[in-house]
Amino acid sequence: MFNQPISRRESIKRIAGFSAAAAAWSWPSIAIPGQGASGRVVVVGGGFGGATAAKYLKRMAPELAVTLVEPNTRYITCPFTNLYLGGIRSFESLWHSYDELRQRYDVEVIHELATDVDVDGHTVELASGTRLAWDRLILSPGIDIRWNELDGYDEAAAEKAPHAWKPGDQSRLLRQQLAGMKQGGTFVLVAPDNPFRCPPGPYERVSMVAHYLKNHNPSAKVLLLDAKDGFSKQGLFMQGWAEHYGDMIEWVSRSNDGTVIRVDADRLEVETEFGMIHAADVLNVVPPQKAGFIADRAGVTDASGWVPVRPDTFASALVDDVYVIGDATQAAPMPKSGFIASTQGKVAARAIAAELTGRVLLPEPSWANTCYSLIAPEHGISIVGVYEVYNGQLREVPDSGGVSPMGADPLFRQLEAEYARGWYAAITQDVWGTPAS
Amino acid sequence: MRKIGIFAFSIPVLASALFWWSSGPAHSDPQWVDSEVEVIAGDVSAEELFEARVEVIAMSCAACHGTDGRLRTAIPAIAGRPEALLNLQLQSFKQDRVPGATVMPRIARAYSEEELQGLAAYFAALDP
Repeated sequence: MFNQPISRRESIKRIAGFSAAAAAWSWPSIAIPGQGASGRVVVVGGGFGGATAAKYLKRMAPELAVTLVEPNTRYITCPFTNLYLGGIRSFESLWHSYDELRQRYDVEVIHELATDVDVDGHTVELASGTRLAWDRLILSPGIDIRWNELDGYDEAAAEKAPHAWKPGDQSRLLRQQLAGMKQGGTFVLVAPDNPFRCPPGPYERVSMVAHYLKNHNPSAKVLLLDAKDGFSKQGLFMQGWAEHYGDMIEWVSRSNDGTVIRVDADRLEVETEFGMIHAADVLNVVPPQKAGFIADRAGVTDASGWVPVRPDTFASALVDDVYVIGDATQAAPMPKSGFIASTQGKVAARAIAAELTGRVLLPEPSWANTCYSLIAPEHGISIVGVYEVYNGQLREVPDSGGVSPMGADPLFRQLEAEYARGWYAAITQDVWGTPAS
Repeated sequence: MRKIGIFAFSIPVLASALFWWSSGPAHSDPQWVDSEVEVIAGDVSAEELFEARVEVIAMSCAACHGTDGRLRTAIPAIAGRPEALLNLQLQSFKQDRVPGATVMPRIARAYSEEELQGLAAYFAALDP
């Protein structure tokens, strides 16, 4: 039914049979024998984590009833919004539908906001008042912004100084402001302390902004005020900035008074920790974040505002029968990325299929992540992480992963830019069924 | 306590010891299991566990190669390609013997030779 030929099993058995490899799998596996084949799973959030979990649940256990709750009828990805800002990708190319989940995988998709969770009664409440019952609940709520955590930065301020960290109208607003910026103006990006969604995101963003400005506003400046002293793929980014944009981008670290403590959105000014006032022509504030609010409603967050999970399956560490995946979780050293959210969704789906069907085996889990960033349209860089559970903790598999080499030739950078575009096509096909264009 | 069963080991001790001896202890420490799960006796073969492990790893491959490894972009489709070729490529990535390779050596190093061989067999057996 889902294109799983019988020969695969035979083939793998053959491989396993002739070497000591078979013995490597002396791992316990999880299942519930005799629980029966019925089961109802509700997934809240139709992004990289939730949409993937819904699809893979039905691939592994078609007999389960799977409902996806997502207010938007089309999903706009955060990945590649920076390319839209840089003028090298249309906004519409970031849109994805739920047609494949409905039509091919028989997932019930309800376009409503989930407003509350009753963990004892095993129900989710929707904005319309409808209650959905579940045997297992998956929350993939993404992030919410901590309004006013940064003094002066509230929802009204975001209409003047956009964050554009949740794609949609905010992305369009920032794009309009960038395109309308006066010649020789200053684009200021305020980057937060860890943890936050998409660790390389602010740095790819200033790259794509600089790419746009280089062609349309070459005397402009880009000022990156950072609450950190280091960032993801830092050496590669700084090398690329110098190569493509000369001194257009200035990065101010925390130690050099980069931490912004106050935003004045009306005057487009920010104040730093030691009292420096920076004026902007376009002000892009990436604010402090927390798990999406429905996680709070379900009682799965802790004092940090994020969600602790059991590392093997991403079941909530606090509430039974609830799984949480994606940016909302505390899953360090995994980054808050769309790729890893999708991988977490697959492993959680496997765990739930194992629990509810009793026939799917859950072996030692494995998660992979690859984050590409574009510094220029033909200059891509990447970071890879493969993760495992060791001594009850998530960790990177030793001697694996890492970033693109420093000093690689232009062909290598161009290949990684091509692979970045290939990755986007592949993951959006894998998650939403979007045909590759 | 959640009702989750753990199948009892049915792996020959000798074979386990052989693997431990040949590969070192890095991946032979079953510490990932949730400490609160309830143990229920059962049997599962080594082959079934290996197959399940390969399936879980293969799910990650789909994020760049498309569902079931079937998508062709700048990144090649891998479904239905010859098993020997896929295996040669994966083992070569792991050994860092592919000039100009970008992310694959960093990924392949995370898996054992047997796992990579299992992945080659898995994707080779899928319809392209």
